[in-house]
Amino acid sequence: MAEKRHWLEHSITQNFFVPVLAVVLSFAVGAIFIAIVGQNPIEVYYVLFSQTLGNEYGIGQLLFKTTPLIFAGLSVAICFKAGLFNIGAEGQLQIGAFATALVGMYTFGVPAFIEIPLLVLAGIVGGGIWGFIPGYLKAKTGAHEVINTIMLNFVALALVSYFATNIYNVPATVHTPSIAPTGRIPRFDVFFSGFEGSPVNFSILIAIVAAIFVWYYIDRTRPGYELRVVGLNAKAAEFGGINVARNLILSMTIGGALAGLVGTNYVMGYKYYFEEGFSTGTGFMGIAVALLGNNNPFGVILAALLFGMLEYGGLVINTMVPKELVSILQAIVIIFVISSNKIFRKTLVNYMKTRTLSVNQ
Amino acid sequence: MKYAIELVGITKRFARTVANDNVTLSVSAGSIHALVGENGAGKTTLMETLYGIYQPDSGKIRIHDTEVAIKSPQDSIRQGIGMVHQHFMLVPTLSVLENIILGAEDTRNAFLDLAKTSERITALADKFSLSVPLNEKVQDLGVGIQQRVEILKALYRKADILILDEPTAVLTPQESTRLFGILSELKQQGKTIVLITHKLNEVMEISDRVSVMRKGKIVGEMDTPTTSPQEIAELMVGRPVLLRVEKSKANTGKPVLSISNLSYVDRRGVEILKNVNFSVASGEILGIAGVEGNGQTQLVECITGLVKPTSGTISLNGVNLVGFPVKRVFDSGLAHVPEDRLKRGLVVDFTVKENLILGLHTRQEFNSRLSMRRSAIEQNARMLIKKYDVRPDDPDAIARGLSGGNQQKVIIARELSRNAQLIVASQPTRGVDIGGTEFIHRSIISERDKGKAVLLISADLTEVLSLSDRIAVIYDGMIVKIFPDNKVEESELGLFMTGTKGNGREASLA
Amino acid sequence: MISQILSLAFLAQTIRITVPYALASIGGVYSERGGVTNIALEGIILTGAFCTVVGTYYTGSPLVGILCGVSGGLLTALIHAVVSINIKADQIISGIAINLFAVGITKFVLEILFHSSSNSSRIVGLPHIPMGFIEHQPDVAHLLGNPMVLATIAIIIASQFIIFRTRFGLRLRAVGENPEAADTVGIKVNLYRYYGVMISGVLAGLSGAWLAFDQHSFTDGMSAGRGYIALAAMIVGKWNPLGAAAACLLFGFAESLQIQLQGGGLPTQFIQMIPYIATIIVLAGFIGKAVAPAADGVPYEKEK
Repeated sequence: MAEKRHWLEHSITQNFFVPVLAVVLSFAVGAIFIAIVGQNPIEVYYVLFSQTLGNEYGIGQLLFKTTPLIFAGLSVAICFKAGLFNIGAEGQLQIGAFATALVGMYTFGVPAFIEIPLLVLAGIVGGGIWGFIPGYLKAKTGAHEVINTIMLNFVALALVSYFATNIYNVPATVHTPSIAPTGRIPRFDVFFSGFEGSPVNFSILIAIVAAIFVWYYIDRTRPGYELRVVGLNAKAAEFGGINVARNLILSMTIGGALAGLVGTNYVMGYKYYFEEGFSTGTGFMGIAVALLGNNNPFGVILAALLFGMLEYGGLVINTMVPKELVSILQAIVIIFVISSNKIFRKTLVNYMKTRTLSVNQ
Repeated sequence: MKYAIELVGITKRFARTVANDNVTLSVSAGSIHALVGENGAGKTTLMETLYGIYQPDSGKIRIHDTEVAIKSPQDSIRQGIGMVHQHFMLVPTLSVLENIILGAEDTRNAFLDLAKTSERITALADKFSLSVPLNEKVQDLGVGIQQRVEILKALYRKADILILDEPTAVLTPQESTRLFGILSELKQQGKTIVLITHKLNEVMEISDRVSVMRKGKIVGEMDTPTTSPQEIAELMVGRPVLLRVEKSKANTGKPVLSISNLSYVDRRGVEILKNVNFSVASGEILGIAGVEGNGQTQLVECITGLVKPTSGTISLNGVNLVGFPVKRVFDSGLAHVPEDRLKRGLVVDFTVKENLILGLHTRQEFNSRLSMRRSAIEQNARMLIKKYDVRPDDPDAIARGLSGGNQQKVIIARELSRNAQLIVASQPTRGVDIGGTEFIHRSIISERDKGKAVLLISADLTEVLSLSDRIAVIYDGMIVKIFPDNKVEESELGLFMTGTKGNGREASLA
Repeated sequence: MISQILSLAFLAQTIRITVPYALASIGGVYSERGGVTNIALEGIILTGAFCTVVGTYYTGSPLVGILCGVSGGLLTALIHAVVSINIKADQIISGIAINLFAVGITKFVLEILFHSSSNSSRIVGLPHIPMGFIEHQPDVAHLLGNPMVLATIAIIIASQFIIFRTRFGLRLRAVGENPEAADTVGIKVNLYRYYGVMISGVLAGLSGAWLAFDQHSFTDGMSAGRGYIALAAMIVGKWNPLGAAAACLLFGFAESLQIQLQGGGLPTQFIQMIPYIATIIVLAGFIGKAVAPAADGVPYEKEK
């Protein structure tokens, strides 16, 4: 126990330094793209950081982009813990947000302390159902959740597109009518004038509560313990009397429910209605967020902040370089994170081998 | 004497161990040479080095008097060496024909020339009585036939040296007999065969010469007719075989586990267990001896609720367990040391303390209303680590980093901490070093002395003989003999285990 | 309505939609038969289309355009190959990242070259082989005389033979099913996996080229989910070239029908769902069993 650990073995190396290194490297590659356009990378990055982090408006925009990424990241992370790969957060959040809007438009006159939980619940149920389907199919037929969630994303998009443009829309628009005013989540600028004009709202608190819930559930509760056993060794779970199928379904359902909460930010806190195309790949970005955050709920929050900053940052640098620079950066971050994780693990294993040898001889 | 293979001073190190330590081995052309040793003695590594899967750290290889450099299986194939691995190297979804030609295909106009190849293979198969259905998918065939495909695969590549790694481990006795016929035929036709095994009856039956390995070294080499199983066995284990663990006489009480008319037919319709009957009483260890693959795995899975038997009853203290989910089986008073610790017994990415509650995690002592009681889990770990001498003594150590012996101790500690009436221990010391083995054996005996019923399943005959109070022999899914004590000769057991004696007549006596 | 469906124009429409699906889908078959999951098809199609437009625009030659498109697809696929085969990182995440990268990089360069964030300038189309007997229907004649249509048919048929009847195909299937077994008989596992991924890059790049010529320009995100439909068709077609192509034809037919029937009857969104729901049903085992190559998505670690 008193044995001194090599720096490679500290969990902070893997959980913190490796992702940070990947991010730094990605910015370095991004600098090449900036230079190609004929701009000074340092200037561009200075603008990127100062305009997003340097004032309350920028921070507000950043946080507004961060909230849905936290939900999506948590959704992916909890499924990862159960050994499942949820590529379906995009579809789940569409269904969840639509459910929130739908319930909201039919429940006028309900007091806020009921209406707000009701709409949150609608998102949870909507997303949860959409997560339950691939979970059930995986548990009962063995059908791979990756393909099924991809397919269900498209089915969800088509469904909400149909209902939001043909059935429940305000005529000549692609959005639904407004939700009941009591279902609105207040913006920051109601209380803090510095955030004036930025759409950030208190749904970010729901996101933080959700992160704490996921951490507590995974790390501290019995169902969380079972879920982790299932994720790491399903045979051992079977051996330990743990119902594997139930855990697979449960984790996908919880994952879907978390993604379904995205509607709290957009529908309840920003536009107050559901609009076709409101999410531009948030669910996919959730995969990157979970990955960068090492599937740790608090890591997810940090990663969501970075990706939220990049998403808003694209707009502030658009006059200097095409804003797509940030999509490129995001993609490179993902590739670097998966690569460096892999390379890091290999290095660690090799190091441990040589150490064992030297101890033996 | 002409040698087909000469290995000179081969040394191969792995991270934790020296697998082959300056090994020198010569195999005469046209002979069957047995390479024997216990699990982990380095037999397979030596032969996989010859086959080019590993590169030796030092040493030379000569094939037919010519020194050769073998850097890959391809080099080895070019030298006329073929290997039938213990786990077949076949592609299940491809046909037999496709598997045989893979990597050595004949083509005509860019397409595979299947007609010509079929003819060649059929001719080969006829020559060595190796009939196989060429156009069926390998996944639809039994293991005996798959093995023939492997042999044909080597012969198709013009192998004249054939290495077989534990070829009978997966075969029924009839299939084994047939395999030996094929091997004799191959020898007749001038092929050289190296047989890796730890079954001494096979060595005596078929080999011309035998080399014994222990802990990475060759410790003996002799002509088969001049030696005896006893001599080989002593060389293998490095001590007189009749090592019995010290223990007092069993103080047997009432039956705890009673199995009657238990049968199990698997998904493919193969009858794996046939009308099994036996019981285990409190205060005794019943050992089940048998060649692996005779239904032991499924017997344990039926008892522990992992699979549901087709018919029969399994009663634990009078309660029929059949149909119970795993958790309820455990709750009825059973502990289970699974045969494969990495597959079922442990979550290797979990810490030791998390592993120590697997299957007990629903117990009240580890749970408060909302969360698990971390202090109780920690305390449980500290107590068990101390009691079972798990190293390192760190509840937060990741199980993956523990040695095999310590991983096994974690499982034993956890299962014995259930304080169950019946302990089902499957291969409890597989891959565990001598010190660990002794510790585990003592733990099992002390449980017996506390009045527990122990069902021991082991492929290690020495273990069965030294621990058991009574010994049952399983063969082809049947209990063919139950000896009332452990005063039985290994050779006698062997006769039952290989189906030479028994044949179900003794089953009724059970 | 029946006459509408049976018309030559309808047939042409169906083929127009099916070709890019089929090319990408067969690309997917090569990659996954060799054991590399390829969700990156979507991004490869997009870069393929973009490079085709750029090549054609600057040289005026559609042939050079196709070469550029194929090279662009190949390069994109190579990123996937390096990450999946050499670094052995997660192939699904790699694919997603590449799709994201493709969207970003094409728009990024689009803005630099064409000063627009949505579309490129117009490019010429492919020359077509004259089809005298239907010249009275110029659209149909153009399509059936399109060399890429003929090439696609040839690729579909050839692939069926290549995968199941040649040495290359046998080895490719072996490394995707049991790489260790392939290794022990001397087959270079990673090399064959590279071949599989590279062929998928070429074919999905061609698929992009088709879209570029069909539209005579590049518009942002113009792959529009075709890579995922191709993936779906590959699964519905059970990883066989002919099966995949048949599934693509089915999806193309449905889509074409939807265009034909627009305005009346079934909402378009429900027809859009057909490929996805078909895939889910097939995967669940309701129609036969779809079994992926056993080592699909699993990197090959040589040392035990």
